[in-house]
Amino acid sequence: MKLSDKTREVLLGPLNANNPVVVQVLGICSALAVTVQLKPALVMGIAVTIIVAMSNVIISLLRNTIPMRIRIIVQLVVVAALVTLVSEVLKAFAYDVAMQLSVYIGLIITNCILMGRLEAFAMSNNVGDSLLDGLGNGLGYAIILIIVAFFRELLGSGTLMGFQVVPQWCFEHGYVNNGMMMMPAMALILVGCIIWVHRSINKEEKK
Amino acid sequence: MNWLYNIVEKLRPQFEEGGKFHSLHSLFDGFDTFLFTPNTTSKRFGAQIHDATDSKRTMIIVVLALVPAMLFGMFNIGYQHFLATGEIVAGGLTAALFWKAFAFGLLALLPFIIVSYVVGLGIEFTVAQWKKEEIAEGFLVTGFIIPLIVPIDTPLWMVAIATAFAVIFAKEIFGGTGYNIFNVALVTRAFLFFAYPTKMSGDKVFVRTDGTWGWDNVQPLVDGFTGATPLGQMATAQEATVQLHDTVGGSLGFLDAMNGLYPGSVGETCVWAILLGACLLLLTGVASWKTMLSIFVGGGLTAFLFNISGIDNAVANTPWYMHLVLGGFAFGAVFMATDPVTSARTECGKWIYGFLIGVMAITIRVLNPGYPEGMMLAILLMNAFAPLIDWCVVQANINKRMKRATVKQ
Repeated sequence: MKLSDKTREVLLGPLNANNPVVVQVLGICSALAVTVQLKPALVMGIAVTIIVAMSNVIISLLRNTIPMRIRIIVQLVVVAALVTLVSEVLKAFAYDVAMQLSVYIGLIITNCILMGRLEAFAMSNNVGDSLLDGLGNGLGYAIILIIVAFFRELLGSGTLMGFQVVPQWCFEHGYVNNGMMMMPAMALILVGCIIWVHRSINKEEKK
Repeated sequence: MNWLYNIVEKLRPQFEEGGKFHSLHSLFDGFDTFLFTPNTTSKRFGAQIHDATDSKRTMIIVVLALVPAMLFGMFNIGYQHFLATGEIVAGGLTAALFWKAFAFGLLALLPFIIVSYVVGLGIEFTVAQWKKEEIAEGFLVTGFIIPLIVPIDTPLWMVAIATAFAVIFAKEIFGGTGYNIFNVALVTRAFLFFAYPTKMSGDKVFVRTDGTWGWDNVQPLVDGFTGATPLGQMATAQEATVQLHDTVGGSLGFLDAMNGLYPGSVGETCVWAILLGACLLLLTGVASWKTMLSIFVGGGLTAFLFNISGIDNAVANTPWYMHLVLGGFAFGAVFMATDPVTSARTECGKWIYGFLIGVMAITIRVLNPGYPEGMMLAILLMNAFAPLIDWCVVQANINKRMKRATVKQ
């Protein structure tokens, strides 16, 4: 399938050049809170992707009938309904991960990426583009979460997805997991490093 | 020194633009200005202020001031080790045993100094080369302090990682020497403290019970040995008052605490050695006496208030004068808080800055049992507030002068 230039920009732009986390610096709080381990970060990334895409579609469908003065309330209701739905599904099918994520599933509703996309894109674009935009932004968010969680779990716990990666003989020879990686402070520093790398790679494009 | 100068001059063309080793020119430049005077000096016309001290001279003075604490620390490493193995009994120190203890400490500490300098300077040189800047001399002091503020049992690879982290994230990111907000050596220690808590606190890490370089490796420890630092003993004490003791159970009073023959980070235990360094810093005007004095005043006052507050735990009940000589309080006050880059710069600000460091350090010690030593966190916290203090002092001064002005704005 050959994507048109605009579709490509809408879907793939948020993954790199217009990434919601490292370029627009949105959704940082949850990126710090749920990235201690890879598994919750993965689930969180998927959940946010689904919610952004679905709410984008719904708001895009309703965009011509929503009165401008109450549009924020309408958007909130849609997002809240979707978040509740995802939260219930997680509790039913992935109970332990849902417990690990605790309030942060519910707090997706406060994620700036959601309201940002609804206001900036879904309110003024057709359904197909809105779906792609939602998917792109959700995945752009998820990819940063996964990178951060990868390093935090690997260096902080010596595991990936719960499996021990750092071999046992390293621990026997004095290797110790880095406790700093378990703290939100280090997640912020890691996000900073990703932004650093991202900016140095995309330096030319900016100008 | 002429022969060295001739060698340097002969090598110079190789490192200049177009030379064979141009890619290493910052390394050459760094050694050149370290050994001899810099080439770029102030112009001969116009009004210029000339001073014999540049930042390299200042750094060297701080390093010299640290030497007594380091030498004593070396001896203390060996002394504590041989106390633990029973080779030295308390009070039975002979000249031969003294030199043996010193040699042991020297061998134990040397790897720390080498690792700290190699990692830190390596990063500094790389960054300088990359950004095409001159090498800044800021790491001379940092690299010397780092070995003195970690427990002697810290694994070297941890020191290397922490040093790299601190130099990159506390210094180079902010723009290199002179631009850092936080004291780099303290960030190194804070990183170690939070990343590897089991290696940085407790009663197992402050006395080297293994050997060094294979010397004295396996030894049965004497009965009654405990490696707990006095601050650790206070923090873990169950009773309302605690009788502090040294490695083999002898009691530890005020003078013993001054003398520093007890477990602790390498350079922090002997207050006499630190005072010697403080004298040098104050005589040469490198460090501010206002900062130092106000830290001791703030700490003493806070500890005294806790003494009479009626809070019934061992740390609060420890006499205020003991708080000032135990742990890293004196070392931090003299060598870390007075760092000219990260401390307050206005004269009035120095009083406030120092006083609050003293207050915070003792408050953390008393009220948070998780942190037996509060000095590191207190200084880092006040580092963050130093610019704000300066700003307030300057604003207050402006307001005062505005009131005096006869012409309204």
